[in-house]
Amino acid sequence: MADEVILLDYWASPFGMRVRIALAEKGIKHEYKEEDLRNKSPLLLQMNPVHKKIPVLIHNGKSICESLIAVQYIDEVWNEKSPLLPSDPYQRSQARFWADYVDKKIYEVGKNLWTKKGEEQEAAKKEFVEAHKLLEQELGDKTYFGGDKIGFVDVALIPFYTWFKGYETFGNINVEKECPKFIAWAKRCMQVESISKSVPDQDKVYGFMVEIRKKFGLE
Amino acid sequence: MATNQEHVKLLGATGSPFVCRVQIALKLKGIEYEFLEENLATKSELLLKYNPVHKKVPVFVHNDKPISESLVILEYIDEVWKQNPILPTDPHQRALARFWSKFIDDKIVSASSKSVFTLDEKEREKNVEETTEALQFLQNELKGKYFGGEEFNFVDIAAVFVAFWIPLVQDIIGLQLFTAEKFPKLYNWSQEFLDHPVVKETIPPREPLFAFFKGRYESLLAASK
Repeated sequence: MADEVILLDYWASPFGMRVRIALAEKGIKHEYKEEDLRNKSPLLLQMNPVHKKIPVLIHNGKSICESLIAVQYIDEVWNEKSPLLPSDPYQRSQARFWADYVDKKIYEVGKNLWTKKGEEQEAAKKEFVEAHKLLEQELGDKTYFGGDKIGFVDVALIPFYTWFKGYETFGNINVEKECPKFIAWAKRCMQVESISKSVPDQDKVYGFMVEIRKKFGLE
Repeated sequence: MATNQEHVKLLGATGSPFVCRVQIALKLKGIEYEFLEENLATKSELLLKYNPVHKKVPVFVHNDKPISESLVILEYIDEVWKQNPILPTDPHQRALARFWSKFIDDKIVSASSKSVFTLDEKEREKNVEETTEALQFLQNELKGKYFGGEEFNFVDIAAVFVAFWIPLVQDIIGLQLFTAEKFPKLYNWSQEFLDHPVVKETIPPREPLFAFFKGRYESLLAASK
């Protein structure tokens, strides 16, 4: 019986991008379904009744929700090639810790950077730089967080890079100047096929952010 | 086996639900460890060294290598010490266990605490509503004796917060947040779980913890005057 894999997603979502990258890394044939987030499909509401959010991975009719949980699932089921988590338990725990850090910190600091003003934005800028410097420290001299090949943390983190044009423009920040190693890592990631073909380009995301700012009167 | 049981330390604080999770897993698997009680007001050099990112407990240290974040620690413990597994082997079941544990952390911990530790009635109402909805979802997930079925597992352990901490803090202000009337199935689960020998021996003494949280609430009251 052939595997049926469906991904419910939204093109600009960094969380959706994580799952797309994992599916591409493993070469998993799947159906991509773009959701209209203002008019969620019955399938989405049925497959993620708790959060009603994307991404949702559906494998042979069973749903897996929450992007990092879906990425781990993909890694465990399609385990013959391109492992995303290391095999050593301690290394795995560190990968999970840093992916959790990305979830707790990076989404928030990025969001605050482009949606807040004045003092709040200044504070957000400081936090943004600190968080990315910490990640630079964790990366160290490695090519990727996963070592020689991309791993769990790279997959968790790289999608946010697609939002950087907006962060820099609206947040009035030059990330390359503040965190050159981070940008170097991001550019290396964008050379990886499974990443570059799974994420939108910064200009397209920037256009989306402009629309959101207009819609919510954030200008 | 001997090498796995050497040099196991847990930096914690009696009274922390997150530390308790780790202690339950260690007790279940029969792992001996050294417990280092942290004073969270004056954090030790060791804590700051082992968890420079969050500066929080629990921190699990195995052969001098530290791991932080309770759910990350639980996964590590389960991978290294294979007796009495707490995560299922089936990938989809594992994904569900991870989903519900994260749900507890994201949707229940903060909202339930804010339901009690606030003086703003509108804030309380909002958080009570959120917690109630979340507890309903969690209750619906309970299909057997435990979330893990016949034996307790990862989700049950994560949910010790619901079983022990929520009833305790809600008593401070007489809030009927998690009760037998409102959540009969979940309440029954909590009594079974707290009565399990492993859990019973691990949860902190109720009286001192209640006094501690009551003190915290009273400070909140005093500060507003």
